[in-house]
Amino acid sequence: MHGSVAPVVQVAASEHDARLGLVEFLLASTDLQASARRVIDWLVTQARIRHAVIALAEPSSSQLLIVAEHGVSSTAIVDFVLTRDDEAHPLIKAMHRKEPSYFDGQQTFRSPLEGGFHGVPLRLDDSEPPVGLLLTSAVASEIRSEVIWVATMLARQASRLMSRDALAETRFGQERMLLYSIINAVTDPILLTDTEGKLIIANTHAEKLFAAPEDAGEGWRRAVGLNNMLFSAALSTSAMSESELARRELLLVDPLEGSDLLFELLSSRARDERQGTYVVSVLRNVTDLARAKEEIEESYRTLRVAQAEVRDERHRLELIIDSVADPILVTDQEGDIVLMNEPAERLFNLRADADETTERRINSNGAHLTSFVSNVLTRTGEQRYRGEIQLTDPVSGRALPVEGVAGTILSEQGELMWVVTILHDMTEALEKRRLAAQLEIKVQAATAELAQQNELLRRQHIALEQASALKSQFLANMSHEFRTPLNAILGYTHMLLHGVTGPVSEQQRKSLTRIDSNSQHLLALINDILDITRIEAGRMPLNLSSFEIPELVNEVMSELEPIISRSSLRVTAKMLRTLRPIKSDRQKVKQIVLNLLSNALKFTPAGAVTIAASYDEHRRWVAISVKDTGVGIAGEDQTKVFEDFRQLDASPTRGYGGTGLGLSICRRLAQMLGGTIELRSDVNKGSTFTLRLPVRLRRR
Amino acid sequence: MDTPTAQPLVLVVEDYQDAREMYAAYLSFSGYRVAEATNGVEAIEKTIELLPDIILMDLALPRMDGWEATRRLKLDERTKHIPIVALTGHALAGYAEGARQAGCDAFVTKPCLPDALVAEIQRMLSAKSESGSARKSARPGRTRN
Repeated sequence: MHGSVAPVVQVAASEHDARLGLVEFLLASTDLQASARRVIDWLVTQARIRHAVIALAEPSSSQLLIVAEHGVSSTAIVDFVLTRDDEAHPLIKAMHRKEPSYFDGQQTFRSPLEGGFHGVPLRLDDSEPPVGLLLTSAVASEIRSEVIWVATMLARQASRLMSRDALAETRFGQERMLLYSIINAVTDPILLTDTEGKLIIANTHAEKLFAAPEDAGEGWRRAVGLNNMLFSAALSTSAMSESELARRELLLVDPLEGSDLLFELLSSRARDERQGTYVVSVLRNVTDLARAKEEIEESYRTLRVAQAEVRDERHRLELIIDSVADPILVTDQEGDIVLMNEPAERLFNLRADADETTERRINSNGAHLTSFVSNVLTRTGEQRYRGEIQLTDPVSGRALPVEGVAGTILSEQGELMWVVTILHDMTEALEKRRLAAQLEIKVQAATAELAQQNELLRRQHIALEQASALKSQFLANMSHEFRTPLNAILGYTHMLLHGVTGPVSEQQRKSLTRIDSNSQHLLALINDILDITRIEAGRMPLNLSSFEIPELVNEVMSELEPIISRSSLRVTAKMLRTLRPIKSDRQKVKQIVLNLLSNALKFTPAGAVTIAASYDEHRRWVAISVKDTGVGIAGEDQTKVFEDFRQLDASPTRGYGGTGLGLSICRRLAQMLGGTIELRSDVNKGSTFTLRLPVRLRRR
Repeated sequence: MDTPTAQPLVLVVEDYQDAREMYAAYLSFSGYRVAEATNGVEAIEKTIELLPDIILMDLALPRMDGWEATRRLKLDERTKHIPIVALTGHALAGYAEGARQAGCDAFVTKPCLPDALVAEIQRMLSAKSESGSARKSARPGRTRN
């Protein structure tokens, strides 16, 4: 009764029991589809077949119908169309063979099973036509004996039950099975219950929640019991309300994990004439949804906070940039302005009420800005660009030269996000620059003028020096030229007086004496002028020596002895006993003292003249004073006496004689010697001239 | 010459006629023999020709100035023993020194009264006769009037 490929095997006792169980079921069953399903179950549990399909051939129909399957997708079942007449089809061929066929998975036709499988014909014996085909997944051509056996069992059952009704039943069963597989394909648990919640049909996902397998543990069972209770309760409350579609939340327990699962329960009532009212329920797992919702809410809250922060930040930013007097603009990579402060708005923001001129200026400003910003947009690698832009004040139309600095803001990926541009009004700077330039020009002009003046002064100074030198030279020459004729005058007068040319009368002698004295006066004047000239020209040399003052005073007094003796004056010298020699130019000191004494004699009609010499406190200076009891000099005239050609009695130089240059020369000489001449005098009481000289004169 | 006791000969070199003749007259009056020259070139010629006992030399002279004439005379073996008294109207420092460097033996500033000049000449000649007794006496006498 077995095909040749079916090996005869000794089966184990437990397997034997299983076979017996199947046979008993088949004998008792009148439902071909149920039988087929049982066979599949048996194959799965006993023969460890992973995928299996049973297709039956209806005698009245040309189609093969799948009545049971395991591990086959509903799509594959729906797609499966096989006609019995299609004799070229490998599966039809396999059905008509006596032995099982092996397909190695390389087949090109469509089949419900993927990969390798066996096609086992279902037939009672070789003489009868096949009733169907059993497909079982396989990895090798070798076929299990259980498969052969069960195929035989199924073939017998099929031929027994296959009648018109049975086949009709089979067709219905196939549809039901399709429905099952569709329901099972739905991931949401779906249940069909009576109004009490008693389970009629459940898809596999629902079974997981509401049915425990026989070998399930205690916890599982309890969880399933709890779930059934919760579900019934939920249904009963929904049954109270007569709404067509009840929707509520239902908290169940995951029997395997023990964790809470939140479902949305959709249930609707259906009325069936045969079975009465029942309830279809769909459970949608919203645990994740709820969690997601929470998360979304949390995210949303965070987002709101972040948005608020961003808003604050932006507000702060706007406050900051608005507080900056310089226009600041942020442009995007397209060059469009996305943010600007108030000063920038004045230049670039076109207000609705702007007139045509203003609009044109603002548009022009915008164009300038765009071309400026394009410098950073187009130059890759440069993050900063600095340059000048010529803008226009939109309101006044005044030219507005600005310096712009544009910097780029890059994203983390280094893409250019924004360009920030800061503009700085350069009107003032330019004005300052212009003023500075003007100032510079003025300063330069002033400096040039100053230099010119300086040069002029320098030249004048040189000219003055030259003039002074010329003057000195002129005076020197003049004194020489004076001397030559004077020499002749004096000489011939002298000769006449000496009787060289014969005797002279008394009257002639008197005249000759007048000639002689006037000539002598003229000579004295010339000598004094020459002295002054020499001092001023720096051509009066100093001859330093050490000498005694009393000796010098005596010399002076003896030289003036003729004058002294002719006067009725009492002339005395008061020399300090401790006087020591001084170092100076003896000849010049003598000239000064001689002059002072002769002046004193000249201007003192009666009384006394006293010459005194002493040290100052620190013995650094020696003072030689000539004191008289003469006419005196008034306070306002006391400085004048030292001036050139000055005798206080303006008319009568003749009255007192002298050149009027004596004191002037004395003061110059005293200065040469590092000393001074002082005058103290009262009118009609006399004068005191004091010469102060350093004890030791050093050459400068 | 005629006599060993002849009066000393003074050569007066002066371009200014009034002064020259004045000094000449007074020197003659004082008992000296006098020769005259009006410039440096003439002074050298007269000196070589006459070999005077002393020369009175004005420094500012035409053709050749007194310094140059003095320098040449003092370089000449025949004339270098003759004392030269420089005479100048310039009293400025440096004139006396310049004259001394040129070889002048004395320096007199104008104006110089005739008797002062004669006194200086007398002094020079007596100094000369004392230093060189081998030479003939230069003492002037008033034998000639």
